[in-house]
Amino acid sequence: MSERSARGILFADICEMIKAQNLSYRIEGKPILESVSLVLGRGERMSVVGPNGAGKSTLLKCLARIYQAAEGEIEIDGRKQRALSQRELAKLMSYIPQADGFVPPYTVAQFVLMGRYPHLSPFSTPSAEDREAVDRAMSWTGIEEFSARRLDSLSGGERQKVFIAAAFAQDAPLLLLDEPTTFLDPKHQDEVRELLVAAQARGTSMIAVTHDLNEAVLGSDKILALNHGREVYQGDVAGFMQAEVLQAVYGKSFVFVDHPQNGRRMMLPNVMEGGGCGEK
Amino acid sequence: MLVQLGLLVLSLACLLIAPMLGADFLPWSALADETGRADDQYILKELRLPRVLMAYLCGGGLAICGMVFQAMFRNPLATPFTLGVASGASLGVAIYVWSGVSLVVLGFSGLSIAAMLGALLAIALVYLLTQTQRGFRTSSMLLAGVAISFFFSSVILFIQYMSSMVDSVRIMRWLMGGLDVAGYDAVLSLLPFVLSGAAIMFYFSHDLNLVCSGEELAVARGVDVKKVKLVLFFTTSLLVGAIVSVCGPVGFVGMMVPHICRHLVGADHRGLLPASMMFGGIFLVACDVLARSLIAPAEMPVGILTAMLGGPFFVILLVRAGR
Repeated sequence: MSERSARGILFADICEMIKAQNLSYRIEGKPILESVSLVLGRGERMSVVGPNGAGKSTLLKCLARIYQAAEGEIEIDGRKQRALSQRELAKLMSYIPQADGFVPPYTVAQFVLMGRYPHLSPFSTPSAEDREAVDRAMSWTGIEEFSARRLDSLSGGERQKVFIAAAFAQDAPLLLLDEPTTFLDPKHQDEVRELLVAAQARGTSMIAVTHDLNEAVLGSDKILALNHGREVYQGDVAGFMQAEVLQAVYGKSFVFVDHPQNGRRMMLPNVMEGGGCGEK
Repeated sequence: MLVQLGLLVLSLACLLIAPMLGADFLPWSALADETGRADDQYILKELRLPRVLMAYLCGGGLAICGMVFQAMFRNPLATPFTLGVASGASLGVAIYVWSGVSLVVLGFSGLSIAAMLGALLAIALVYLLTQTQRGFRTSSMLLAGVAISFFFSSVILFIQYMSSMVDSVRIMRWLMGGLDVAGYDAVLSLLPFVLSGAAIMFYFSHDLNLVCSGEELAVARGVDVKKVKLVLFFTTSLLVGAIVSVCGPVGFVGMMVPHICRHLVGADHRGLLPASMMFGGIFLVACDVLARSLIAPAEMPVGILTAMLGGPFFVILLVRAGR
């Protein structure tokens, strides 16, 4: 019997990992997010999709309180986000930003250790527990061999693994990812996908923003589709892979094909439609 | 750790050797020599030693202030001097000298307080400017700093123009930056500023490391970026004000030293802070020895020397950043 249930509070069983209600965010009066709600259970994975400027990244940033939502409530692990200190929040969720070209001036080991920030006190040196978490995160991501190298000496794919390792080191049950595989070659994309599948198997809940629809539906429990800051679809994968839903999200039609090797259903843009560059 | 240890040894050596050097070579044995000239003993004990200590404190303090700015703006060109904080402090001093009042509040000279207020004003301007736009670009911030510097400089010129000849020369001489102190009062009044400033910065060294990786990432890792920035901007401007009120706007130490140290010990602020502090101290003591010796028996203001070294360094950084 867990400590919590001994006290008669069954938080872990009854409350979701994250619940957001009616989130709105504006920049200089212009709405970027309008009344978006979402619910994600423990160990579940959600993909957030939508065209450019739909508000996907803004949604993630509001959840991580990088941006302060103008309206709405967010509950993480049953606790109100606004009542948590930034440090407490970081113990519950980690975030991997979109690669913006800026490379932090650290070695891999230093950078991954910085993921332990919410667990460190200001004057203390990292504890054995911190070291263990860092070693674990590096072994999960397979980056031990270049732990002494500086981030600016790594390839984009290797660097993304280091960012993921730093987020793993943070030891938070919820992971937010902003386009984790964009700009990576197919091999590194596969490697990153495998890391995320393994993390989910360890019980980590995830919300990932992506532009790759076939990646979004692979391994996700839920899809949230946005357009112009509003929810267009939220639900399971099967419900999302419908011609009319995709049309509503992207304003464009898609066709479905089965992968010749594993038979998996995939979505491709309809090139016969106006504006496409398909061959007749 | 090796580099920091080396810098510590070098610091001690520097503090030991530098007082002996100058227009005349004066060995420490002169103090023990009862037949020696009383003048020599006075020069060594009351002039050179406090001056060397002062140079070490100012150099160390300016270096860590520069380090904090470079980290918070993620740019080696962003320092209290390039962003106009030192000009703010100078303006405070110029107004104080011009006004002709002379006061001491809680043991602090009016000059120090004026310098700190000026520095705070400048940093508040820079801070407000960086808050007005989302994704404030570093280049616009540097330009804003230049604009603030220009504006303050022209106000200083105006004050000089309006002042009596004596005050005008006093302001001008002070603006050149110098360390000609006598006795230990100034050293003792600056010491708590430098020590507490360094302690506060060290307290926030984990936070600085993360802010250096990008503000959004820092927030997501649990750093209260707004609070960290406010505290550090405030600390830095007080420290710059305190230093500048004593030694004048000695420029470029805060730019060169932390940048070089980052190459020596890496960007982790827990190691970078002590390294920058010691390197800065050694650097300014060395510059001051040169300033005292180059045109002996006269001496030149140390600020002129650091600016002569710093100007080309700034250009090199600028060219590299542009690539």
